[in-house]
Amino acid sequence: MAKNTSKPKSEPMTGISKTRTGISGLDEITLGGLPSNRPTLICGEAGSGKTLFSIEFIVRGALDYNEPGVFMAFEEKAEELKVNVASLGFDLDQLEKDKKIRIDYVHIDRSEIEETGEYDLEGLFIRLGYAIDSIGAKRVVLDTIENLFSGLNNDGILRSEIRRLFQFLKSKGVTAIITGERGEKSLTRQGLEEYVSDCVILLDHRIINQISTRRLRIVKYRGSVHGTNEYPFLIDNEGISVLPVTSLELNKEVSSKCVSSGIPALDKMLGHKGFYKGSSILASGTAGTGKTSIAASFANVTCLRKEKCLFFAFEESPKQIIRNMRSIGMDLQAHLDSGYLSFYASRPTLYGLEMHLVAIHKAIRKFKPDVVILDPITNLITIGSVSEVKTMLVRLIDFLQAEQITVMFTALTLNNIVNEQTDEGVSSLVDAWLLIRDIENNGERNRGLYIMKSRGMKHSNQVREFVITDGGLDLEDVFLTEDGVLTGSARAARLLLEQTGEVIHAQAISRKDRELIRKKKVLESKIDSLRSEFESVEEELNKVYVEEALKKQIMGDTLSKMTDLRRGNTGFSSKKIVKKNKK
Amino acid sequence: MGKTYELRLYVAGKTTKSVVALENLKKICEDHLAGKYSIEVVDLLEKPQLAEGDQILAIPTLVKKVPEPVRKIIGDLSNVEKVLVGLDIRPKPVV
Repeated sequence: MAKNTSKPKSEPMTGISKTRTGISGLDEITLGGLPSNRPTLICGEAGSGKTLFSIEFIVRGALDYNEPGVFMAFEEKAEELKVNVASLGFDLDQLEKDKKIRIDYVHIDRSEIEETGEYDLEGLFIRLGYAIDSIGAKRVVLDTIENLFSGLNNDGILRSEIRRLFQFLKSKGVTAIITGERGEKSLTRQGLEEYVSDCVILLDHRIINQISTRRLRIVKYRGSVHGTNEYPFLIDNEGISVLPVTSLELNKEVSSKCVSSGIPALDKMLGHKGFYKGSSILASGTAGTGKTSIAASFANVTCLRKEKCLFFAFEESPKQIIRNMRSIGMDLQAHLDSGYLSFYASRPTLYGLEMHLVAIHKAIRKFKPDVVILDPITNLITIGSVSEVKTMLVRLIDFLQAEQITVMFTALTLNNIVNEQTDEGVSSLVDAWLLIRDIENNGERNRGLYIMKSRGMKHSNQVREFVITDGGLDLEDVFLTEDGVLTGSARAARLLLEQTGEVIHAQAISRKDRELIRKKKVLESKIDSLRSEFESVEEELNKVYVEEALKKQIMGDTLSKMTDLRRGNTGFSSKKIVKKNKK
Repeated sequence: MGKTYELRLYVAGKTTKSVVALENLKKICEDHLAGKYSIEVVDLLEKPQLAEGDQILAIPTLVKKVPEPVRKIIGDLSNVEKVLVGLDIRPKPVV
C-alpha cells in the first residue's frame, strides 16, 4: 500500500470535488459527477442496470478521463461480464491489456467455506489494494458487495469489515461505486446505505401499461446540490443516457431572428417574417388537413437554407413521407442525401414516454439540428396521459429552447370540442399555434387555416383557405359573405360571379357616359340655333332702328327745304340742302 | 488415509489471529494427520498477487488443495471439530 500513486487533488476546493462519470446526462444532474475519492452507492432491483451503470463508469473513466479503474465482481465472472458489455461496444479485454482496467472476480461459495472462529476480510483488502496499485486505479466498483452476506455467516464481522472497507477506499483516494440490491424496506437488502453516506443513487425499473421505463433518482448527495427528480434513463447500444429533466429557471436566451415557414403566404400572415428562431410551433387540425405537409414544408425550406432539420416521425415511415411530399413538389430525398435532413422514425409504443424523450434528446444531441419536427405528438398520448405528454413536451421544449432549436409539433385533433381541450395541454407552452380546420360546405370539404396565436408578433387574424397543390402549399383568401365563409368551388363561383358583375357594371357605366355626351351635343346644337335666331332678331331690330333714323333725317331735311322754299331764297338755299345731304 | 494433505494458510502479517490460527493448525495436523501433511504459510502482505488465485477474502484462510475437493476454512481454527469436518477428516455431523 506504500505504492499509492494517487496524486493529491489539486483543485481549489469550493465544496467537494467531483469526478465526472462520463455517463451522458448524469454529470448534469449531479452538477459535475460523483464525489471524488468517496464511495457512492447505487441501488436498485434486479435488472435495473446497476452493473451496467458501474461498468460504464469504469470504462468511460478509462477511455475519456484517463482514470484507470478496478471492477471487482462478486456476481458475474469476468468472462460473462465481458460478453455482456461487448454489445455496448466496450472491449474490456483490450482495456485490460492496456492496463486501463482490471476486473477481479471474487468467488464466494458457501459450500466450500467453513468458518471457525475469528477472521477478518483483510484478504479482500489486500486483493483490492493490489489491484488498485497495479494499474494506478482512480475508480473502483464493487458489484455487488452484498453477495458477501450470502457467502459468509458472521454478519457482525461482515458489517464491521464493510465499514472498514469504505474507510480503506477513502484512504486509497479512489472514487468508488458500490452496488446493492434493493431491499424490502430499506434501499438495500443489507442496509449498505448506513455505511455509504456521501452519495446514494437509486435505479428503478417500472412498468406502466406494459411499457417499461427506467428511472434514476439521487437519494442523497452530501455536500452538493443536485437534481432531486426522478430522471428517466435509457440503455441502448451506446450505453446509458440519463435525461436531465427540466432546468429550474426560465432564463433562456431568446432570438429575434426569424425563419420562414416555407409557405410565403403564411409568412405574410406572420408579419412577413415567419417564426422566431428557437420558438415552438404547434400545427393542429383534424385528420387529413395537411399537418404533415406543413411540417414537411417547414423542413424543406430549412434544408434549402442549408440548415439541418431532424424529423421525428411517429406515424409514417420516412419513405412514405418522402413519397407523399414529392407529390406536392418537395424533394426531401435530395435533402436526405445532402445530409441536411434526417429522419428518426419510431412507433410510439416502442418505449415509454420518458424513453422517447431520452431517445429524442440523444438524436438531437447527435445530429445538432436547427429545426426539429415531431409528427405527430398526439400519437404519444397512446402511451401516456395528456398530463404526462405535457410534462414530456415541457421538458423537450425547454431543452430545445436552450439549444436555440426551432421546433414544430403537429397534433391531431379528433373533433372540435375535444380539440381545444387536448390542445390546451400543449397550447400554453408553444409560441405559435396554427390551427387548420375543416370547412364543410356545398358538399365539399375545404381547409381553413388561421393563426391562433403567435407570441411577440403582429399576426393576421384572418381565416385563410389552405390549399395543397402540385406545386406546394398556399393560402387563399376566403370569402366572407352574408351566407358565411365561402371556400373551394363556392369561393371560385363567387369570384366568377363578382367578376361578371364588375364587367356588366362597367358596361352600364360606359353606356351612360355615352348618352350624356350625346345629350350634351344635342343641347349644344340647340343652344347654337337659339343664338343664331337671336342674332337674326337683333339684326332685324337694328335695321328698323337705322331706317327710322334715316327717315327722321330725311324728313327733317325735307322740312327745312320746304321752309326755305317758302321764304323764297331759291337758288343758293337749294344748293345748301344738296350740300347738307352730301354731308 | 494414504493421501498427503497439502495445506496452505493465508495470513496477512503476524496478527494475533494469524498466529493463533497457525498454532491451532499445527496442533490439529499433529493430532490427526501426523506425517502426511505439509503446511505452506502465505503472507499476503508480501505476496498480494496470490490472493486472487485462491479467491481469498478472509484472513486467516486455510485452503486444502489436495486431496480434492478444494475446501476453505476461514477463521482462527479454534473449533477443532469444524476444522476436521472442513478438512474432510470427519464426515459432516448429521443433525
